[in-house]
Amino acid sequence: MDALKTGLRSLPELFDLQLELKKKREQRENYLAVCGDTGCTAWGSEQVKDLFARCLEEKGLSQSTGLKFTGCLGLCECGPVVIVFPQGIFYQKVKTEDIEEIVEQTLLQGKVVERLLYQDPLSGAKIVHAEEIPFYRKQQRVLLANNWKIDPSSIEDYLALGGYGALGRVLGQMSSEQVIGEIKASRLRGRGGAGFPAGLKWEECSGMPAKQKYIICNADEGDPGAFMDRSLLEGNPHSVLEGLIIGGFAVGASEGIIYIRAEYPTAVQKVRLAIAQAEELGLLGENILGSRFSFKVSVSVGAGAFVCGETSALVESVHGRVGEPRQKPPHLAERGYNNCPTVINNVETLANIPYIINMGAEAYSRIGSGKSGGTKIFSLVGKVHHTGLVEVPLGMPLRKIIFEIGGGIKGGKAFKAVQTGGPSGGCLPASMLDLPTDFDELNAAGSMMGSGGMIVMDEETCMVDLARYFLKFLNDESCGCCFTCREGLSRMLEMVEAITKGQSSMAEFALLKELAAVVRDSTMCGLGQTGANPVLSTIRYFTEEYRAHIEERRCPAGVCRDLISFHINSELCNGCGACRRKCPAGAITGEAKMPHFIRAELCTKCGICLESCPIQAVIKL
Amino acid sequence: MAKVAEELKNGQKETAGQNNVSLVALLQEVQERYNYLPEDVLRELAREKNLSLMEMYSVATFYKSFSLQPRGKHKVATCSGTACHVRGSEKVTEELSRVLGIKPGETSQDGAYSLETVNCLGACALAPLVVVDGEYHGNMTAARAAALIKEHLKKSRGLSAAELEQDVEKKAWEGCSCAILLAGNDKK
Repeated sequence: MDALKTGLRSLPELFDLQLELKKKREQRENYLAVCGDTGCTAWGSEQVKDLFARCLEEKGLSQSTGLKFTGCLGLCECGPVVIVFPQGIFYQKVKTEDIEEIVEQTLLQGKVVERLLYQDPLSGAKIVHAEEIPFYRKQQRVLLANNWKIDPSSIEDYLALGGYGALGRVLGQMSSEQVIGEIKASRLRGRGGAGFPAGLKWEECSGMPAKQKYIICNADEGDPGAFMDRSLLEGNPHSVLEGLIIGGFAVGASEGIIYIRAEYPTAVQKVRLAIAQAEELGLLGENILGSRFSFKVSVSVGAGAFVCGETSALVESVHGRVGEPRQKPPHLAERGYNNCPTVINNVETLANIPYIINMGAEAYSRIGSGKSGGTKIFSLVGKVHHTGLVEVPLGMPLRKIIFEIGGGIKGGKAFKAVQTGGPSGGCLPASMLDLPTDFDELNAAGSMMGSGGMIVMDEETCMVDLARYFLKFLNDESCGCCFTCREGLSRMLEMVEAITKGQSSMAEFALLKELAAVVRDSTMCGLGQTGANPVLSTIRYFTEEYRAHIEERRCPAGVCRDLISFHINSELCNGCGACRRKCPAGAITGEAKMPHFIRAELCTKCGICLESCPIQAVIKL
Repeated sequence: MAKVAEELKNGQKETAGQNNVSLVALLQEVQERYNYLPEDVLRELAREKNLSLMEMYSVATFYKSFSLQPRGKHKVATCSGTACHVRGSEKVTEELSRVLGIKPGETSQDGAYSLETVNCLGACALAPLVVVDGEYHGNMTAARAAALIKEHLKKSRGLSAAELEQDVEKKAWEGCSCAILLAGNDKK
């Protein structure tokens, strides 16, 4: 273990250290994994972890049983999640008051605490082990697999599982051409959105004759409703770092930059720690592992701008300037950061690299669909039963992800649409549920893969309102550089807002479609080019809903405020006064124990009465 | 105020001979220290480091995380990511805005509270999400969010429940649209 102090100077030293740490890990296979991701921490998992630590200490178990505060365990809906290893017993919604029981029953007596087990929503059966839960069983977790086993703040945990072995192999046995050849053969496509083949991107940059080159990891995960990159950085930062170093070697860069958005403070902290640990061990710096390759990594924190996910804008932002995209060519592989050849890869793309090197391109490319290899992580959110992170082979049909893994729609409602690809993507209706999740298939259907956000919507979501939401988002985030994006999006927003208010006409609707096409065809960067997608795809699949808003002044989903009204069913109302007391507009009148009424002229349609009525006497029309 | 640049980490780095200091990083440091970007500090910094004030202003207004106005002691933020939106975050924001008497992006007159909407915090399982001083509160509804903030207000301002209701009424009265104004009138 001396290497932990002195640093690693050669390949054999790395492999020795890995072996030693692996043995040490095997000697102590009892541990508790407490999910420390944002979702579970919000449910209170930090207190749970602290109390576990204290309880283990008190019972004299702290030597024999490890405690890991891990990254995302996936099933955010059931947080805080605790998994007891080596058995893999899955406990959900664990509160501080349950801890003594878990320690007493499970750790000391080897029994299972029934009431904390996961219950299958369909069969009602209790499930003991994590891997038997349908949510996990139907996934193929490659990148996320180690999240269960790793404390993200410990490089030793990563090394014990063979971490940095791929880097060792690359530096010891491979040339940069061989690495690129391997990535090309794996059919890995960029996971950031556009899906450009990663190997080709590296090849292009590697072929540039330049002394100084850069590789940037794009962790500016701006898509609202997506958190895969955050979870990877927070749950297994060393895997991304290892991918970045290998990438640097392949393209001939001596410097790497990880660009993280400011909204992810924990990820910034974890990545900074990982870099410091790698530097200390000699996995970053001069002559890594005794090779001739030197590489350093820095972190650049964004300041909140969606457009900075666009590569040329991102480079501007790393420079510290206003993040406006520029015309391409010259491509970044030619002129990027500091005017040097630069390659930019998404977090998930880089996290795939060590796995490809380890398992070999051929085995990797067998996972996934025809044109693209590997798995993809989706953040499955919205009105679905099991919100969380899912990792599946590319090409798995939407239906399987939403219904078999996600457990279907919450509250017994009907499925209406799924939105993929964030603000640049589109909405797909029930008839498209058998579409495989593949870059090309989704594009052809008018949506896109994007970075992997998957927002499920039920019958209570209005598609026109959703189009308005995305337009508002993009309008706020447009950098204003291109006229058609700046003005086009704001005019489109006005038009869609008019539709949600019932103040539009079919003639204006036609104009909206025309304008959407103009914006798509005449802007410079991806934000504008795809900015019309949410409107175009909802028009394509949900024209009837637009018609209802325009011609009948009716919002079928009951969302658009100007087109709905609230009423109290006087036959049901018992006059308890709950709604009257809660109504912020003072629009509800009525005597105690007598039916109440809503005064339409005062009602602001906030819906608080509907929420607060204990007997569901308030109706929305 | 003198030697602002020297007090900042990046400022020191630059005096050591690097000319490519990131303006974004510099402004982030100023913001971290003062909680916003005070005009006099920016002017001082521009003079000391020979930066263009115009460029500073354009960077400061381009990025969402910078504020040229002082921000409240307590920060209330609602997530307006897609997952939160489809689960009703707009109504939550509206209700918070009403209770606090400020619009999103504003700070209350006494400097105690500011309200913001953020694009996505990546905790979509908890949608809709409200963050008060860095603490996450999930599965919000308009009514629940109002109760949460009222509780916070009670503690921070030392008001009783009745006084608080009066206070909220007053704020709503001062800052609201015509319809609600009439409603208040009607009640009295």
